[in-house]
Amino acid sequence: MSENTNTNTSFLNDAGNRALIFQAVLLAVVVFVGYYLFSNLQANLETRGISTGFSFLNEPAGFPVLIHLIEYTEADTYGRAFAVALINTFVISLLGIILATVIGVIMGLARLSNNWLVARLATVYIETLRNIPLLLQMFFWYFAVLAAMPHPRNSIVFGDFFINKRGIYSPNPQFQDGSGFVLAAFLLSIVGAFFIVRWAKARQKATGNWFPAYWASFGTIIGVTLLAFVVTGFPVEFDLPSKSRFNVTGGMVLVPEFVAVLIALSTYTGSFIAEIVRAGILSVNWGQTEASRSLGLPDGKTQRLIVLPQALRVIIPPLTSQYLNLAKNSSLGAAIAYPELVAVVMGTTLNQTGQAIETIGLCMLVYGSLSLSISLFMNWYNKRMSLVER
Amino acid sequence: MAIEFKPSPSLPPPSDSVGPVAWVRANFFSSPLNIALTLFSVYVLYLMIPPVLQWGFLDATWEGSSKAACTAGGACWAFIGAYFEQFMYGLYPETEYWRINLALILLIVLVGMFAIKAVNKLFLSIAIIVVYPIVAFILFSGGMFGLETVETSNWGGLFLTTLLGVVGIVASFPLGVLLALGRRSNMPIVKSVCVVFIETIRAVPLITILFMASVMIPLFLPEGLNFNKLLRVLIGITLFSAAYMAEVIRGGLQAIPKGQYEAADAMGLTYWQSMCLVILPQALKLVIPGIVNTFIGLFKDTTLVYIVGMFDLLGRIQAANHDANWLGTTIEGYAFAGFVYWIICFGMSRYSMAVERKLDTGHKRK
Repeated sequence: MSENTNTNTSFLNDAGNRALIFQAVLLAVVVFVGYYLFSNLQANLETRGISTGFSFLNEPAGFPVLIHLIEYTEADTYGRAFAVALINTFVISLLGIILATVIGVIMGLARLSNNWLVARLATVYIETLRNIPLLLQMFFWYFAVLAAMPHPRNSIVFGDFFINKRGIYSPNPQFQDGSGFVLAAFLLSIVGAFFIVRWAKARQKATGNWFPAYWASFGTIIGVTLLAFVVTGFPVEFDLPSKSRFNVTGGMVLVPEFVAVLIALSTYTGSFIAEIVRAGILSVNWGQTEASRSLGLPDGKTQRLIVLPQALRVIIPPLTSQYLNLAKNSSLGAAIAYPELVAVVMGTTLNQTGQAIETIGLCMLVYGSLSLSISLFMNWYNKRMSLVER
Repeated sequence: MAIEFKPSPSLPPPSDSVGPVAWVRANFFSSPLNIALTLFSVYVLYLMIPPVLQWGFLDATWEGSSKAACTAGGACWAFIGAYFEQFMYGLYPETEYWRINLALILLIVLVGMFAIKAVNKLFLSIAIIVVYPIVAFILFSGGMFGLETVETSNWGGLFLTTLLGVVGIVASFPLGVLLALGRRSNMPIVKSVCVVFIETIRAVPLITILFMASVMIPLFLPEGLNFNKLLRVLIGITLFSAAYMAEVIRGGLQAIPKGQYEAADAMGLTYWQSMCLVILPQALKLVIPGIVNTFIGLFKDTTLVYIVGMFDLLGRIQAANHDANWLGTTIEGYAFAGFVYWIICFGMSRYSMAVERKLDTGHKRK
């Protein structure tokens, strides 16, 4: 009958107060756990005599790295080995993304094909690869298929290409004087093509006359580049691989580790992308196709101008996550000794220096900044596209 | 006499528009491109099926005690037979296999009881989530009730794969629900803790989490307290899939119309009542495909424990491939592993479709 009658609820039953107390407790727990773990860590590092800090990056690494696109020898530092691994991760991710997209689009369209046989084959491909672990597929390509290739002596030969246990040997282009001119001509023709497309669009808007801009610009690029080649007298020589008695020398080598990771990553992710493409195309109402046909648009233009733009809205978000998955899955290359980030930094470097916190932290930072940027983009996109209610 | 008008009977449809012939024509030979595609597909089938049949069945050897017995030139399935028990149970002592089998049968019986109407679902759920893990743990590791102790380092094969998968699934689901609710909470600190956790975990590959679990966790624990590697890996896997689960469930929560939240509030339900009774049942039903996808992904990802030195199904097969008696049986091993994983993952996805159809009470007006 006293103070309580003034307020409807007691202090603890007020929703705002409750939220404040709950959050304070949570914050305290998080801070305490963080502090506890950190103090344990310091004590542990001290007793084990592990030094901290990133100074190890300047020490000589002393281990070879199988694939290095920049100069690297065993005398180089851990920092340089890290850079080599980073480049290897980027290269395999980028090539994997391109290949997986091509495979995915082809397989996704094939599963929708009118041809019964083609659709069934695509279904079998997708359902098989999607349901088998990626690591198993990588092992299969590396230990079962590529390891079963013949010895260099009995290489499989396709023209100037040799395939054997040690990898795929192909001609290696050597650019001579004058190739800079060809490159310049190529870049100029791309700029030119851009202007052709712009001019064609402007003309179509102004007069309604249609001009085959894409074919024209394609022709320009090829034509100008070829012409430049002829004028400079073909400034490219190929270093052809040649078969000696026991080995294949010269040329460019794709080592089995690289090939296995690339095949496994792109076929595996391709099967997921195929389903995304299929779902995207199916999501476009059939009435859209019918309307387009009744306007007299041919099938190709119906696909390109009506169906695809609408399908892409559904396709792009999950496609981005597949790209992200592929980049992260490239870390499995460590299991078959493809020298990417995890193999070099968390494998060899960690073993040699014992600096677990720094090496694992470094790896997580690289993957983290790569994916967080894509994740932020996705959330922004999600917010923009999601349904707004009241 | 009036002439009666008699319509002549309809003619049957032209023979080239119905029936198998028309079907074949429409599906295989409707245009030049289609014909080319058909021929190409037939060629692909010709390249693949006969050699695989020849290798896998016609020329295969099913029995034998070493690679030397496989002389037919085809697959050496005897290898799988010789190693079958290791692939299933790892290095678990042979006399104790019944303990794993018993736990499996118990689980199947418990889950099967969901189909019986008379059983109280709440008690059953508690039995599966709380009581069963304790029983299973005692069965697996022993050391009590006169059961022989089996070190976790001897756990392996499909048994370990299943254990990692099931524990990961069961433990990550409630954690994922909590994280999803936290991420949509109005309380800024709760929200940011959940966002940071989810985004950090999702940003890095599972391998780094597993390395962290096996290398870094011991550094963060006080001197003397050092728990089992299997447990550390289990924690890593659970945290990893909980972050993914949270995002899937968040999608479901977003899809529930605001009116449902408002209606629950108007009924005077508390936050937890409205979540458990109104929002979550609808949200979870919406995202069953996503949840099952996460489960399938988790099950496939358990193979990565091989990289931190544990021998699940794939790990045991990799180890068996180095047996001097069975050199050159790599493909058979992978084919077997692929088959097992495929059956389980494909089965899960089909089962989820069935559940979806069953729960599709829908918002249709009937």
